[in-house]
Amino acid sequence: MHVPDGFLDAPTSVATGAAAVACVGVALVGARRELDDKTAPMAGLVAAFVFATQMINFPVASGTSGHLLGGALAAILVGPFTAVLCMSVVFLVQSLLFADGGITALGTNIMLMGVTTVVVGWLVFRGLQVVLPKRLTLVPFCAGAAALLSVPVAATLFVVLYEIGGTADIPLDHLATAMIGVHVLIGIGEAVITFLAVASIIAVRPDLVYGARRVLARRELEVRTSTGAAA
Amino acid sequence: MGAGHGHKLHFHGHSPVHRAPAHLKILTLLAFMLVVVATPREWYPVFGLYLLVVVAVIALSRVPVTYILKRCVVEVPFLFFALLLPFVATGPTTEVLGVTVSQHGLLAAWALLVKGTLGVLASLTLAATTEPQELLRGLERLHLPNQLVQIMAFMVRYLDVVTGEMQRMKVARDSRGFSARNPRHWPVLARSLGALFIRSYERGERVHLAMLSRGYTGRMPR
Repeated sequence: MHVPDGFLDAPTSVATGAAAVACVGVALVGARRELDDKTAPMAGLVAAFVFATQMINFPVASGTSGHLLGGALAAILVGPFTAVLCMSVVFLVQSLLFADGGITALGTNIMLMGVTTVVVGWLVFRGLQVVLPKRLTLVPFCAGAAALLSVPVAATLFVVLYEIGGTADIPLDHLATAMIGVHVLIGIGEAVITFLAVASIIAVRPDLVYGARRVLARRELEVRTSTGAAA
Repeated sequence: MGAGHGHKLHFHGHSPVHRAPAHLKILTLLAFMLVVVATPREWYPVFGLYLLVVVAVIALSRVPVTYILKRCVVEVPFLFFALLLPFVATGPTTEVLGVTVSQHGLLAAWALLVKGTLGVLASLTLAATTEPQELLRGLERLHLPNQLVQIMAFMVRYLDVVTGEMQRMKVARDSRGFSARNPRHWPVLARSLGALFIRSYERGERVHLAMLSRGYTGRMPR
């Protein structure tokens, strides 16, 4: 759900805007290492993919449904820096072309749903990869865990921002319980879908998954010839 | 797809608002909304003035009001939140229609409602009167980093292709009798998502190679 105009006060909106500009700047430099001259077309298509992803509704129960945020998924598929760029561009387009999320809240939206989900998702993913054995079948599990944590952390950050610049005095503990409670559930959905989606991509084109590159690099070429049978 | 068709929210026209340079429109929208957000919520008449300004711009753009109003549905989730606020906020209470509600909550709900609505109306006006290509040129003139403008250009250009691909996958699923009703159907949808990513990524690779073969050096020609 996108934060609209007027949800947070002006100083907070300007501050998150400045933070978002800094993060996008860092991502612009970092993304060159991930994709080099391919950055623009690839990141553009991935941004379109993230946008389309957010249009697929997953049925939950009795008529309700939700959609994917996609931050952790994008981070694992294309790398954290490119993912921040993709998510930021998605929010920019949604705000300017679809009036979804206020223009003054653009920085807030980028920080919450773009940068936080990507950074938390990537850190959890890398952390698990370091600890767990390097096996291709484990990549989707790490991706699912990353998605699971990224959503409640983003919700927590929202609660913090709301405490600083919120426009209504809702008791902090009520808001925190409600927001984090709901988002743990959303995170579980996000985790299951991220796990399934990453698993289905790894089954077909493991080389496209940025998070699986280190694992793939460790695989040795296995030469299987028919000489054994022929001899 | 195709250039010049505009996007779904665009309303073709030749009014002064349509013709105004996109970078000015973006800056105006941003400045206007910052002023709206910074306005103390107790200044009730000022918000009436803001609404008049937005309505005047919509009238000048000759975009039908119903066209804008119909697209305000993006705001609906926040209406629910605004309705909830008077009941969850603390502070001194008051009675409205025999129900005890929080005064602060009531005020916050009003502020959220009016500022959010102004934001949606103003953004919709920009979206309805500006072609995506114009918007991109405007952002470029505002010195948004070139890399970012290019990513956005590709996204906007291929948005309909990718969503069209997704729509075709949905038709294919539906024609095979699939209908998503509960979480048991998530694996099918998630695999579609995976396929959509592979197709988008491979299309990106093809586009990039096609561009290289036509002399692309990392910058768009004028």
